[in-house]
Amino acid sequence: MNDLLRRLLDLPEQASQHARDVDGLHYFIVLTTLLVGLAIFATTIWFLVRFQRRGEGEATPEVQPTRWHEAVFIGVPLAFFLLWFAIGFPQYVDLTRPPPDAMDVFVQGKQWMWKFAYAGGPSSLDVLRVPAGRPVRLLITSRDVIHSFFVPALRLKQDALPGRYTETWFNADRPGRYQIFCAEYCGLSHSGMLAELVVMPASDFDDWLATQRRGLTRAQDGAPTPGEALLPGTSLVEQGRTVAAEQGCFKCHSVDGSRHIGPTFLGLYRRHERLSTGELVTADEAYITRSMMDPAAQVVADYQNVMPSFQGRMTPPEVAAVVEFVKSLANPAEQPGPSEGPAYEPIPSK
Amino acid sequence: MSPSPASSPPVYAVRNYLNTPATGLRSWLTTRDHKRIGVMFLVAVTVAFAVGGFFAMLIRVEHLTPGPTIMDAMTYNRVFTLHGVVMIFLFMIPAIPSGFGNFLLPIMVGAKDVAFPRLNLLSFYLYLLGAGIALWGMIHGGADTGWTFYTPYSTTTSSKVVPILLGAFVLGFSSILTGLNFIVTTHTLRAPGITWTKLPLFVWSIYATSVIQILATPVLGMTLLLVAIEHAFGWGIFDPARGGDPVLFQHFFWFYSHPAVYIMILPAMAVISEVVCAFSRKNIFGYKAVAYSSLGIAFVGFFTWGHHLFTSGQSPYDAGIFGALSMFVGIFTAIKVFNWVATMYKGSIDFKTPFIYFLGFLFFLFFGGMTGIALATVSLDIHWQDTYFVVAHFHFIMVGSTMMAFLAALHYWWPKMTGRMYSERWALVAAVFIILGFVFTFLPQFLLGNEGMPRRYFSYPERYWALNVASTAGASVLAIGFTIVLGYILVALRYGAVAGPNPWGSRGYEWLTPSPPPLENFDVLPAFERGPHQYHDLPAAPPTPAPGPAGEAAGASHG
Amino acid sequence: MADHAAAAPGGPHAALAHHFESLEKQGQAQRLGMWLFLATEILLFTALFAAYGVYRYLYTGAFAEASRGLATWMGGVNTFVLVTSSLTVALGLDAARQGRTRRTAGLFFLSIGLGLVFMTLKAVEYRHHFLLGELPGPSYRGHIPGSGGSLFFSLYFLITGLHAFHVLAGMTVLGVIGVKAWRGAYSAEYHVPVELAGLYWHLVDLIWIFVFPLIYLQ
Repeated sequence: MNDLLRRLLDLPEQASQHARDVDGLHYFIVLTTLLVGLAIFATTIWFLVRFQRRGEGEATPEVQPTRWHEAVFIGVPLAFFLLWFAIGFPQYVDLTRPPPDAMDVFVQGKQWMWKFAYAGGPSSLDVLRVPAGRPVRLLITSRDVIHSFFVPALRLKQDALPGRYTETWFNADRPGRYQIFCAEYCGLSHSGMLAELVVMPASDFDDWLATQRRGLTRAQDGAPTPGEALLPGTSLVEQGRTVAAEQGCFKCHSVDGSRHIGPTFLGLYRRHERLSTGELVTADEAYITRSMMDPAAQVVADYQNVMPSFQGRMTPPEVAAVVEFVKSLANPAEQPGPSEGPAYEPIPSK
Repeated sequence: MSPSPASSPPVYAVRNYLNTPATGLRSWLTTRDHKRIGVMFLVAVTVAFAVGGFFAMLIRVEHLTPGPTIMDAMTYNRVFTLHGVVMIFLFMIPAIPSGFGNFLLPIMVGAKDVAFPRLNLLSFYLYLLGAGIALWGMIHGGADTGWTFYTPYSTTTSSKVVPILLGAFVLGFSSILTGLNFIVTTHTLRAPGITWTKLPLFVWSIYATSVIQILATPVLGMTLLLVAIEHAFGWGIFDPARGGDPVLFQHFFWFYSHPAVYIMILPAMAVISEVVCAFSRKNIFGYKAVAYSSLGIAFVGFFTWGHHLFTSGQSPYDAGIFGALSMFVGIFTAIKVFNWVATMYKGSIDFKTPFIYFLGFLFFLFFGGMTGIALATVSLDIHWQDTYFVVAHFHFIMVGSTMMAFLAALHYWWPKMTGRMYSERWALVAAVFIILGFVFTFLPQFLLGNEGMPRRYFSYPERYWALNVASTAGASVLAIGFTIVLGYILVALRYGAVAGPNPWGSRGYEWLTPSPPPLENFDVLPAFERGPHQYHDLPAAPPTPAPGPAGEAAGASHG
Repeated sequence: MADHAAAAPGGPHAALAHHFESLEKQGQAQRLGMWLFLATEILLFTALFAAYGVYRYLYTGAFAEASRGLATWMGGVNTFVLVTSSLTVALGLDAARQGRTRRTAGLFFLSIGLGLVFMTLKAVEYRHHFLLGELPGPSYRGHIPGSGGSLFFSLYFLITGLHAFHVLAGMTVLGVIGVKAWRGAYSAEYHVPVELAGLYWHLVDLIWIFVFPLIYLQ
C-alpha cells in the first residue's frame, strides 16, 4: 500500500523512519482531500444537471442556511485540519530535537557547493557520508547567501543562513546514495549546487572515518580551508589545484578547454584575450591575479561578469599556488586530466 | 421601461461614460470617472499579463530539456524574477480591485464616483510610473533575485535590482490609494437604501481586500526601500556581514506578501459570489457567512506570515502558532466553498461562460486550498518548501483561482462595460482550453515537487524531464486559450450584439442602470428595495414586467 | 487628501464635489480618508521600529552604549517643542471652528516656527554625529566595537531621517493651509482642510513621542 501510493504520488524513496511517517500523513491528507473533493464536485455536477434552467421566467425559492449547516461547514473541516496539524506538528518538533547521542556533521553552503566537516578534522566537498541506523545531527551555516540543505529521500530541509547556525537531524536507515539539493535560490548556479548523501553500513562508515583521520594525521591535510597556511610536501601546482577546487573555481572554469561560465584555464597562460572593452591583453601572472581579486575590471569578451572577488578570501600563498596551477595548464599537451571538481552521478530513479 | 429581450430588441445606451463628456484620448487620460479609470487599469493589467505570460512561456520552453535549451542560466534567473514581479505586482494585485473594483464598486453602492476621484487617477498614474521604473530596470539588465528579493543575495547581486525595488515601492502607493478610496467610498457614499447587509458581496470582499492593502503595503514599501538602501549604500540592516539579520527581511517581506495573497484571492471570491448568484438565479446561501468570512480571512491573514519560514530556523513554538493559524484561513475559505455550492441548490442554473469559470474556480480553489492546508501541517512543508509543489500550490490558488475569477468577471461584466455581447461559442472553446491547459500545466508540477525538484532551477536531473515536458505542453494549451479570448473580445468590442441593460437577468445593482452606464452611473437613482442577491420574488412568466416600483431604472425586471 | 475640486456652479458650496450630497458627508469622507492615510504612515514607521526592537535585543550592550552617547537633553527639548507645536495647531483649529481664520493662520505659522526649531536642533545633532564619525553602515567610525554601533546609527538615521522628512512635509502642509486660511478660504462652516492638516501634524508629533523614548532613553 505504502509503495503503491508512493509511486502514484511520485515521491522519492524513503530513507528514514521520519520520511515514512511524513508520507503517512501525506497519504492521509491526499486520500481525504480526494474523497471530499469527489463529494463536492459530484454534488456540484448533480446540482448543475438537476437545477438546469428550463424556462426563462423560472422562479427560485429563497434558501437560507440553518445553524446546523453552519456548524457542519465549520466543524467538519476544522476537525480534519486540526487532526492533520496534530499529526504533522509533532513530526516537525521531532526534527528540532536531535537525540543526545547523535553524531555531528558541520555543513557549510557556499556559492555553489556543499562542504561537510566531521569532528576530528575530515571534511569533504559535495559528498556527505553517514552511517546507516545512527542519528546524525547537522549544524548548518552558509558563507555567503542563504542556501537550503534539502534531501528529498529524508523529507528533510533546513536553510543555511550566513552568520548563524541552524540544526536538524536524521537517522537514515537504508544504505544507498541519495540526492542533496540546494532549495533556496542562491544565484547563477543554484541548480548546479548538488551534492550526494551516501548512507553506508555503520561498520563501513567507521572504517572510512578512521582512514580519513589517519590520512589526515599523516599528510596533515584534509582539504585546506582558505586562510590556513599551505602545507609543505606537495608541489605548488598540486596545492594550486587543491585551492582552486576548494574555492570552487571549477564550477565555472574548465581545465579541458571546454567553454563554461568562465573561460577555460587550459592554455590560458600567455594567451591573448580580447576584453569586453575591445582591448587586447595578455593573460600573464598579473592579469590572472587581478582577475581573482577584481574580476569586474577586465572581463573577457562574450563572458558575463559574474565572478565574485576573492580578495581577502585567499591568502597570498594560495593565490600564488593557483597562478602556478593555471600556468601549468599553459601547454595543452600537458593536460592534467579532467577537473577534480566533485563528480556527481544522478541517482537512478528506479 | 424595461423591455424583455424576448419581446423587443435590447437597447444600447447612446449617452454613456465612453462618450461623455468627450471621446478623445485626452479626455481619457485626464478623466476622474471611476469607470474610465477602471477600464484603463484593465487594459494596463492585460498588457502586464501578456508580458508576464511571455516570460512564463520562456521558462516553460527552457525546461523542455534538462540542460540549457534556449537561454543561459543568467538569463533564466532574470526571466523567472521578471515573471514573478510582473505577474504579482503588475497583474494580480491590481487586476480585480483596481480594474473591476474601480468600475463596479461605486455603482454597487449607488454612488456617482469614488470618494476621491483625483486620488484614483493618481493611483493609475502611480501604477504606470511604477511599471515604467520596473520596465526600465528590466531593459537595463533586470534583476536575478526572484520576486521575493531574499537578502543577502538581493543586496549583493550585481544585477539591476534597485529600479525593480523602487518600481514595486511606487506600485505599493498605487495599491494603498485604491484601497483607501474603496474603504471611504463604502463607508460614506452608500446610496440611501443600501444598508451594510444589503451591500453586494463583491463590495464586502473588496472592502476586506482594501483593509489589507492599507495595513500591509506600507511595511512592504519600507522593506523594499531598506533593501534598496542596503544594495546601494551597504547600511547593513539585512546583511549578516555587517551584523544584520537576513531572516528579519523574510519576516518583513512576508508580513506584507502573505496578506498580499489575500489581496489576490479575496477579489476573486468577490467576483465568484456575484457570478454564482446571478447564474443560479438564486439568493446566496448564507449572506452573512460569506460576507464576514472575507473579513475573517483579511484578519487572520495578518497572523500567518511565519508559515513561509518553517525551514528558516524559527522556533518550533512560532512554527506551531503560525501553522495552526493558517488552518483558520482554510476554514473561512471552506465556509465560502460550501455556501457557493449550496447556492446552486434549487436554483435555475444558466450554464454560460462565467459559470464555467466558476466551476474552474471552485476546482482550483479547492485543490489549491487543500494543498495549502497540507503545507500548514509543518512537517509536510519541510519536504515541499521551495519545491515545485509550492509553485504548483500557489499557482493553483493565486493564479488559477484569480485567473478564473478574472475571466468570469470579464465575461459577466463585459456587456455592462461595453454594452455588447461576446461570442458565447468561442468563449466556451476558450474556457475549455484555459481550464484544461491550466490543469495540465500545474498538475505535473505537484508531482515534480513531490519528487523533490526545487524551484528556480535552471537545469534539473534527467528524471524530472517527462513531467516538465508535460507541464510545458499544458502551458502551450493555456496560451492558445488566452489568445482565443483576446481575439473574440476584441471582435465583440465592435461587432458584438447589443446587450441591453441586463442580459443576464441579474439582480445586482450594477444591472439597474443602462449598459454602458451613463457618466454618473444612474440616470435616476433606484430605490434599492431588493437585495442584490434576491431572486425569490421573480415574476412567473418572462413578458410580465416585475412588480418593481415604477420609474425604476431599466433592466431591473428581466424575466 | 482634501479633494474639494470641481466647484459646482450655482451649487451650495464651492468646495462641495459633484459626487457628494452634502458638505458634511464630504467632510466625513475626508476625515476617514485622512485617518486611513495616518494608519499607513504608522505602519511605515512600525517596520522601522520593529527592526530597531530586534537589533536592540540582539545588540543590547552596543545599543545602550550608543544611546547613551546621544544628547538626551536635545531630544527632550525637541519633544517639548513638538508637543507645544501640536498645542498651537490645536488652538488654530479651534480658532477656525469659531471662524477666526486669521488667528488660525497665525497659530499655524507659529507651529511652523516651532517645526523649524525642531529641525535646527536635529541638524545640530546630525552635525555632531558627522564630526564623531557616527555614521550608518560602512561609514561608521565611532568607538563601539562590533556591528552594533553601525547598526544603531543606520537605524537612527533611517528613523529620525524619515521623521524629519515628515516634519518637513507637515510644515509644508501647515504653510499651504495657513496661507489659504489667511486669505479667507475657510470658515466656521467649512474648515475640513484645517482639521486634516492638524491631524497630520499631530501624527508627526505622535511618532516623535515614540521615537524619543525608543532611541534616546534607556
